[in-house]
Amino acid sequence: MAKTIDDQPTPTLKDRAAKIGTQVQGSQAWSSIFRPGSIFRKGYTDSPRNRSYVIMNSVLYHLHPVKVKRHAVKVSYTLCLGGLSFFLFILLTVTGIFLMFFYRPTTANAWQDIQTLQTSVTFGLLVRNMHRWGAHLMVLSTFLHMARVFYHGAYKAPREFNWVIGVVLLTLTLLLSFTGYLLPWDQLALWAVAVGTNMMGYTPIMGSQVRFVLLGGTEIGAETLLRWYVLHVLLLPFVIVIFMAIHFWRVRKDGGISGPL
Amino acid sequence: MTEIPEHLLKRAQAAREKTAEDAAASSASSGPSDSRIPDHLLERSKAARTGGASAGGVAVAEKAAAVVAAPVGGSVPVGTGPGGHTQRLLTVVKAGSIQEVKAAPIDKVHTWPHLLGIEFVAALACTAFLFIFSWVVNAPLLQAANFNQTPNPSKAPWYFLGLQELLTMFHPMVAGVTLPGMGLIILVLTPFTDRNPSNKPEDRKFITSIMTVHLMFWAVLVIIGSFFRGPGFNFTFPWRDGIFFEL
Repeated sequence: MAKTIDDQPTPTLKDRAAKIGTQVQGSQAWSSIFRPGSIFRKGYTDSPRNRSYVIMNSVLYHLHPVKVKRHAVKVSYTLCLGGLSFFLFILLTVTGIFLMFFYRPTTANAWQDIQTLQTSVTFGLLVRNMHRWGAHLMVLSTFLHMARVFYHGAYKAPREFNWVIGVVLLTLTLLLSFTGYLLPWDQLALWAVAVGTNMMGYTPIMGSQVRFVLLGGTEIGAETLLRWYVLHVLLLPFVIVIFMAIHFWRVRKDGGISGPL
Repeated sequence: MTEIPEHLLKRAQAAREKTAEDAAASSASSGPSDSRIPDHLLERSKAARTGGASAGGVAVAEKAAAVVAAPVGGSVPVGTGPGGHTQRLLTVVKAGSIQEVKAAPIDKVHTWPHLLGIEFVAALACTAFLFIFSWVVNAPLLQAANFNQTPNPSKAPWYFLGLQELLTMFHPMVAGVTLPGMGLIILVLTPFTDRNPSNKPEDRKFITSIMTVHLMFWAVLVIIGSFFRGPGFNFTFPWRDGIFFEL
């Protein structure tokens, strides 16, 4: 009897890995996450059907249709500016969540927390740099995206409404950047925001009220920091995501991107 | 009933002649013994056909029978109905009597991999650029905020420096609220005021030049505010007095 058992060769490490791979890829969890056509799915072959499945069975289906106009994939037309603005928003969300672990929005701690983050936290300086430069880059790319859309006349019928949403998104991007500007609580932040909010005080009729609500008082202080922190990490991202969803939805509803010229 | 168009009649005639020829050729070469239909069935169908014809079937039936008749002797087995028909002519629809839908085919490509591939590369390039830039250049962190020490000059974030520049020329209400507010409103209303339906650059010279002037106006203001303003927000040259600008 022992001989018959010995006839089976002992499985090598490679065999075991292959077996585990097959089991994982055959499991229900795997096939629920990676739908037919996914490149992570077992047995993906490059066929029109599978190309369609990659989009239809993924969360990306809300962003992209299965097929797009051939002209729409020309980089020289869009310069990827809208997509990069969105991608930068994702990058900023990821890096921002990282920063939130090390930051307290109080006048006593804010600056010291940033200092500690830069000097004592692994990758802290790098992630803060990425967050800051990414924010400037997003303002720039959103602005350039707007210019690109304008020069292509892409705001014309049927895309008027989406243009309006886009202007709202540009404004929200500026507000997100501006609210984040205060958070390091250094001299640069404090006085840049002082200049900005002084201007808002000149809003006709309700200028001082607008300023009071934004600052949480008559002068910049601890309340302002907390207020702008909540705006920056919670309220404005929440609002901008809603407007982005409408923006992307309208792109598809209006028949894909505009053009060709 | 609709008259059968002449070209259809001609085509039917041609087909009939062709099958007759084929049948003649095949029967000449192989003979009826080649047929796979049992003899008694063939006879029954022949009887039915002659019966139907003698009973005075409609013209169509006769024609159909004529068509069917040819291959029977040949190798092609054909099942026929009691009237000898293999099909019934319900109606003839003239070309053009149906609304023709001509959907122009749009040249489309699969989003995967054509678009997603590009987007993936763009995202990677963007991440790489940001990563390397952040590696090399550190974000500014000045001294902790101090209410008693106003830096000179104190500047707004760069995207608001155009407004701060306007502040040197106008009353704060005009520079800080009225002008940017008007700008935003005009921007929102652009698609509703520009009723020119064309999106070709050559048809939009006026509005593109207006927009270019507008964008350049802000760009120049931002550049002046960023690099050409020194202590007291007075005009300086960056190559003479250095740059008073933090991102």
